[in-house]
Amino acid sequence: MGNVIGIGAAPKRKEDQRFLTGRGNYVSDIKRPGMTAGVFVRSPHGHAVLRGIDKSAALASPGVIAVLTGDDVKADGLGSLPCGWGISDAKGVPMKEPPFPMLAQGKVRFVGDMVAFVIAETPEQANAGAELLKVDYEVLPSVVGVLEAVRPDAPQLFDDVPNNICCDWELGDKAAVETAFRKAAHVAKLSLVNNRLIGNPMEPRAAIAEYEPGTDRFTLWTTSQFPHVVRFLMGALVLNIPQHKLRVVAPDVGGGFGVKQFHYGEEAVITWAAKRVKRPVKWVASRSEGYVSDRHGRDHVTEAELALDENGKFLAFRVNTLANMGGYLSTFGPNIPTNLYGPLLGGVYTTPAIYCNVKVVFTNTVPVDAYRGAGRPEATFVLERIVDVAASEMGIDRVEIRRRNMIPKEAYPYQTPVLVQYDSGDPMGCLDGALVAADVKNFGVRKAASASKGKFRGLGYSTYVEACGLAPSRFAGRLGARGGLYESATVRVHPTGQVTVMIGTHNHGQGHETTFAQIVSDKLGVAFENVDIVFGDTDRVQFGMGTYGSRSLVVGGAALSKATDKVIAKGKKIASHLLEAAEVDIQFESGKFSVAGTDRMKTFEEIAGAAYVPHNYPLEVLEPGLEEQAYYDPVNFTYPGGCHIAEVEVDPETGTVTLVNYTAVDDVGTVINPMIVEGQLHGGIVQGVGQALFENAVYDEGSGQLLSGSLMDYCMPRADHLPMMKVATHSTLCTHTPMGVKGCGEVGTIGSPAAVINAVVDALSHLGVTHVDMPATPNRIWRLLQNASLPVAAE
Amino acid sequence: MKPFAYHQPEQIPDAAKLLTSIEDSKLVAGGMTLIPTLKQRLASPVALVDLSKLGSLKGITDDGPSITVGAMTQHAVVAASKLVQTKIPALAALASMIGDPAVRSRGTIGGSVANNDPAADYPAGVLGLGATIVTSTREIAADKFFLGLFETALEAGEIITAIRFPVPLKAGYAKFKAPASRYALVGVFVAKFADGVRVAVTGAGPGVFRVPPMEAVLSENFDPSAIAAIRIDTDGLTSDIHAEADYRAHLVTVMAKRAVDAALS
Repeated sequence: MGNVIGIGAAPKRKEDQRFLTGRGNYVSDIKRPGMTAGVFVRSPHGHAVLRGIDKSAALASPGVIAVLTGDDVKADGLGSLPCGWGISDAKGVPMKEPPFPMLAQGKVRFVGDMVAFVIAETPEQANAGAELLKVDYEVLPSVVGVLEAVRPDAPQLFDDVPNNICCDWELGDKAAVETAFRKAAHVAKLSLVNNRLIGNPMEPRAAIAEYEPGTDRFTLWTTSQFPHVVRFLMGALVLNIPQHKLRVVAPDVGGGFGVKQFHYGEEAVITWAAKRVKRPVKWVASRSEGYVSDRHGRDHVTEAELALDENGKFLAFRVNTLANMGGYLSTFGPNIPTNLYGPLLGGVYTTPAIYCNVKVVFTNTVPVDAYRGAGRPEATFVLERIVDVAASEMGIDRVEIRRRNMIPKEAYPYQTPVLVQYDSGDPMGCLDGALVAADVKNFGVRKAASASKGKFRGLGYSTYVEACGLAPSRFAGRLGARGGLYESATVRVHPTGQVTVMIGTHNHGQGHETTFAQIVSDKLGVAFENVDIVFGDTDRVQFGMGTYGSRSLVVGGAALSKATDKVIAKGKKIASHLLEAAEVDIQFESGKFSVAGTDRMKTFEEIAGAAYVPHNYPLEVLEPGLEEQAYYDPVNFTYPGGCHIAEVEVDPETGTVTLVNYTAVDDVGTVINPMIVEGQLHGGIVQGVGQALFENAVYDEGSGQLLSGSLMDYCMPRADHLPMMKVATHSTLCTHTPMGVKGCGEVGTIGSPAAVINAVVDALSHLGVTHVDMPATPNRIWRLLQNASLPVAAE
Repeated sequence: MKPFAYHQPEQIPDAAKLLTSIEDSKLVAGGMTLIPTLKQRLASPVALVDLSKLGSLKGITDDGPSITVGAMTQHAVVAASKLVQTKIPALAALASMIGDPAVRSRGTIGGSVANNDPAADYPAGVLGLGATIVTSTREIAADKFFLGLFETALEAGEIITAIRFPVPLKAGYAKFKAPASRYALVGVFVAKFADGVRVAVTGAGPGVFRVPPMEAVLSENFDPSAIAAIRIDTDGLTSDIHAEADYRAHLVTVMAKRAVDAALS
């Protein structure tokens, strides 16, 4: 008999037993009888007319079973890959939404665009066949950067998308902002680039599809963060497979970070192919293939202006951004740089007027979509950078200017001028906590010590807020969402009192099997070990929108909490019957149903037993069984936030930036498992540090070749890049989620890039440096110092 | 990976014979470059001749004024060798900076030198120390061995069996790691001998090269300050997404100073 391990405890993660002993079950581990191997032939060109494909040599290659192309897709009348969001411009004109065929038709639009699928007996034979496929390309000039793509003479990706602009989106009161700028005592301006990132989950994408003629059912195993959404998008909108004839399974998945929360063409091609070849088909991406096909993240070019009065109070904020969409619209693509960006430009400040214009632009690059944080790190970076620029220009201390503009704790709920209303928060409390934890008062001593070694030391702040717990469906629908964003959970109590939970979120590293079990253990008084969490299978789980946008605990956990409450409510009815007491007199606490004021009670197990062996049971008014389901649609986003403080040391001789200290004090609401929260913060911070100092997806303008297409050229952050981090929480409770939770999956990634870059700029500010673009690589820092013709010590 | 025949000869002449008799055959030592190339289907040799069964190619011996490292000796073995640490600590340090633990456990000195990757570490050590490359047929001075991008003086069927390093008075290696690959963006090996100083640079250009102006000055005054003002020409240096030629040229001076510092410490 195990123990209750409830909310606030930090048990070791249940799932780690199988992960750490090599017993995980990933897509590439799965083998099906008669399985074939598929390989995608991808465009080597950024932009080309597809003049023809000669399959004959490939088909004649040993072991090759079939070769499928865009013409076959067209002949079978299949749909285009759908976009889940439809945004509009200021006049209400919908975005341009060109088709995204699952295999290219007529043209290829990025290096990695899929032109054919070769199926053979073995992966080697499929590769050999793929190499023999003759594809006739008429190569066109590529355009990869947003500034270049909107020029009138730029190569055009689609005939009916002039200047490659998908949508000219805006948010906020333009006139009010203009008025405020006219009255401003000071205007700070900043041009910046938010660098393109590649997610690099540990496990590359993979899929297996199987068709059973006996039942006319398809099964797709895929590395997905949201199997039910894949079933809907692919079944209903691409392949015309009825939902009840399609099972989608996302088993153990080795990291997602957003990269696996889209419906990919590969999934549709493989499922379609399995029926055509009448055998299961398996595809496993190589790391190199992932680089040119996993959706990329970020990639903005931005001009921002902040208007201030003479005391440094923010009067208005104006942001113009060009956002790269890549070659096609991915599942959430146009939503990320618009709805998840503009509404966050208020930050933790009382800025009364904000206007944001975003031109969403097609280029000859991999489609861009959500990557951990998705829109919110970009917004935070713009805002937190320009606050530092304004402070520096006006001669106000960077902490002081933040304090003068922060929303006080008492002002919550706080309505921003950009749609969102923050329910709760205490940014000043987070800032105060972080200042102490980071030992800011002794920074001068540390800076002097660095100077004595010829190094420049800098301190950077990021006081930020994000919107997560995606999302209130009605609100999202007004913004262009084409689906709901609720979550569901079923709590199945077995006759012996153990519990199985079926939940629509997906665990791919976040520790849900532990966190959710703690919630059930806490609420039902059931032993932690007697709770199992089932996810990732549309045949086992009722429905769900999956895991992204820090929504699992906030929305899924809320559904679970509601379903658990229903179990307790039914349990009370059963107990009332068994204990011959009025239902209102039944109390439930610590796994026991008792009659108030007496010692008469029934254990949770006894009630479960009675529900399934209903001999003494109110069958006339109550169904047997003890299983409850709940759907939860949030009433608002949640708004975690906090204060991050980065401390860096710059070696002026080589330009190397070393992150020497990192402190984060975050408000994530109620903490279910502090160990898991700390891990999420660590991982999130590291990904933000990666963006700030190391990671950069670089394309060659003209050819559209990805120059950073492997781990040899794309620098992921590593353990030795990082100091031991100081991470703490300073929580206020969310006022509208059942447990007061706010979510913690993305906060680290959202808060950290600005903190790190602000620290780098601070380290170099005495040399006249006012901005550093990401990533702050040694080459870039050295060049900045050279260009400033500064006296860099040679000794 | 495409199919290939696989041979594990036990004698050097057998290995040489396989290499010359099978067209499109390749030697595999540690395989740290070759295996990824095969996996990406960028090379498709008909046969691989694996040198791992040639026991005579492993190990490190003390020759008094020099030490000899067998071609199949792994980087981790060189890094941990008490002999190397005592007589040429800079070479042990260099070996400890190559790749990551997995690479150091499998990669070999012979493989690295034969491959002559323009950003590999060993070529800097071999050229900087003026080592001798011992092959199945002859001995080649380092100055005559490295011929540019992945090119060496090795002839068809010729197999490196050992590298013989003269023991310097002092030596140091300083490496600025490419952030992603951790190859040398610029690596400089400096060695002081009774008859002068040698300075060898890897990573900066299409192949390892010496810097005569630095050698001349350091031979007179073996101190970092002596070379602080020497800037090497950017002509012929590599420019890529990680570093342009002028930054690499700058790093050559910085790393050379740090190598001298390391040699003096």
